[in-house]
Amino acid sequence: MADEGLTALPQVGRPKREARDKPGPLEYMRQWPLRVIVVATLVFLYAPLITLMAFSFNDSRRNIVWQGFTTDWYVKAFNNESLLQAFINSLTIAFFCTIISVILGALAAVMLWRFRFPGKTVVEGSMALPIVVPEICLGVAMLVFFARVMPWPMGLPWPLNLGAITIAHVSFAFPFVATVVRARLSSFNRELEEAAKDLGASEWRTFWDVLVPHMQPGLIAGALLAFTLSLDDFVITFFTAGPDTITFPVKVYSMLRFSVTPEVNAASTVLIVVTVILTAIGLQMQNNQSKEKKA
Amino acid sequence: MEQTWKQAKAAFAAIAVPPIAWLFLFFLVPMAVIWAYSFGENTGPITIDLTGTFANYIRALEPLYLQIFLKSLIVAGITTLLCLIIGFPVALAIAFATPKMKSWLLLLIMLPFWTNLLIRTFALIAVLREQGYVNFALEWLWNNASGFMTLIGLQPFGEYEPLTLLYNNTAVIIGLVYVHLPFMVLPLYSALDRMDRSLMEASLDLGAGHMRTIWSVVVPLAAPGIASGILITFIPALGAYLTPDLLGGTDSQMIANVIERQFKRANDWPFGAALSFLLMYLTFIAIAAQAFIQRKSERRG
Repeated sequence: MADEGLTALPQVGRPKREARDKPGPLEYMRQWPLRVIVVATLVFLYAPLITLMAFSFNDSRRNIVWQGFTTDWYVKAFNNESLLQAFINSLTIAFFCTIISVILGALAAVMLWRFRFPGKTVVEGSMALPIVVPEICLGVAMLVFFARVMPWPMGLPWPLNLGAITIAHVSFAFPFVATVVRARLSSFNRELEEAAKDLGASEWRTFWDVLVPHMQPGLIAGALLAFTLSLDDFVITFFTAGPDTITFPVKVYSMLRFSVTPEVNAASTVLIVVTVILTAIGLQMQNNQSKEKKA
Repeated sequence: MEQTWKQAKAAFAAIAVPPIAWLFLFFLVPMAVIWAYSFGENTGPITIDLTGTFANYIRALEPLYLQIFLKSLIVAGITTLLCLIIGFPVALAIAFATPKMKSWLLLLIMLPFWTNLLIRTFALIAVLREQGYVNFALEWLWNNASGFMTLIGLQPFGEYEPLTLLYNNTAVIIGLVYVHLPFMVLPLYSALDRMDRSLMEASLDLGAGHMRTIWSVVVPLAAPGIASGILITFIPALGAYLTPDLLGGTDSQMIANVIERQFKRANDWPFGAALSFLLMYLTFIAIAAQAFIQRKSERRG
């Protein structure tokens, strides 16, 4: 439906646009004050990031004047053991957080979409809480929980020592996944499920072969969301991380406190590139899905 | 139709138990512990007695902390307002762009949102500091203007003094706007995109100017989107920790920074717990206010 709306518009606009130099009354994008605002906003959003990336190639210890091109900082960053470990920790946590969040989020979405049960409003409300509760509150709650209620065993081998952080991340990420998947489920035709069951498929089989394929775009979008939320998180990790479980943002934070060398720029650039690639893959997968549907 | 859970008890249990158990154990229990601690007091370095005292909440009402709460509300309010002022024209432009342009612009607005918050804040520091690019650009302008003044026979300006753009309240607001702008643009865009354009055309045909049309046709129609944009910008801005911590000075502490200090350095968990619940109540009040306004406007519409 939304797609039709997008493609139908230009046909309405096209006759007007024959005279190219006269913008139609509603073509705000072709009026200069709005163009200036949009361009200025994009500069505001991107200039800092682009400078950061550019200066990761700068041949100088300080981030100030351009001294020539080098990739030394990347070599340095890759040889910085603790930075590399933090980077790997972050990716590992994000990976496990994504898997658990997608499973829990999908189950939560199916539960709320499919069943009527006593206390449903309470469950629904509590499910929305992690989304709205300020990060700092969840962070300190997790700190107290892992300090007093359920201490995470110390000295576990990697990656088990990342358990506490992963649990904390899942707690705020899976409700987001549930929201995305539930939105997708609302377009599901329940008769398909009934048909599958009439044809003798078991509950499990119906779930796996009928419902899951329908949920797939939502699951992908949810997975992407969970991954970036986990990779992005500083505050909650800051409160749950121990000395041997530093994540990338926490590491960068401590580097910012002491000395800033372009190493941080190099590592940040790598992370930005990873995120952009992941986003591109996610969008591509969604595009392919919608194209398949149309075909 | 939804099914009652009794019709398929086994399936319901298999589906419902994992998420509910997780939510209970790893979200509600930690929250409940914090809530209980907010009524306790420190009796030793690591022992907290749950005495049911309200002393922590009373302490939070001391002028010092009340001022920080007020400051956080003001900073978050200004941030939201600035995001709205910048975000509205941007959302309008995107909503009325050609389809191809539209998807590119949306992607460009969303991409920073996917980038790490810490990296974005770090990037902003490099731009805003005294030896940063904003100051370099201003210095260049200053020197050129100064040279121009000499050229036309007037007194030159003198040495350029770099502006202190970091470690003050302005920096915090700039940082919060930088981080939260996408939160505002996206709901505004989706509200403006769904709007019935013929109403705008009618208004323009009947002789209203663009400003007037936007103010008395577009804004009321997009009100629900504006309200939700305000809410999802205001809430994270109110609880922001990282931005005031990294960009702010000694006087730009917000609530989150005070909470962090109670839990880490000051080691006064009960008081920190009380502060974090107060912050949570403020958040809930904001959500309730938004829901109330939404319902009111729906009833009118």
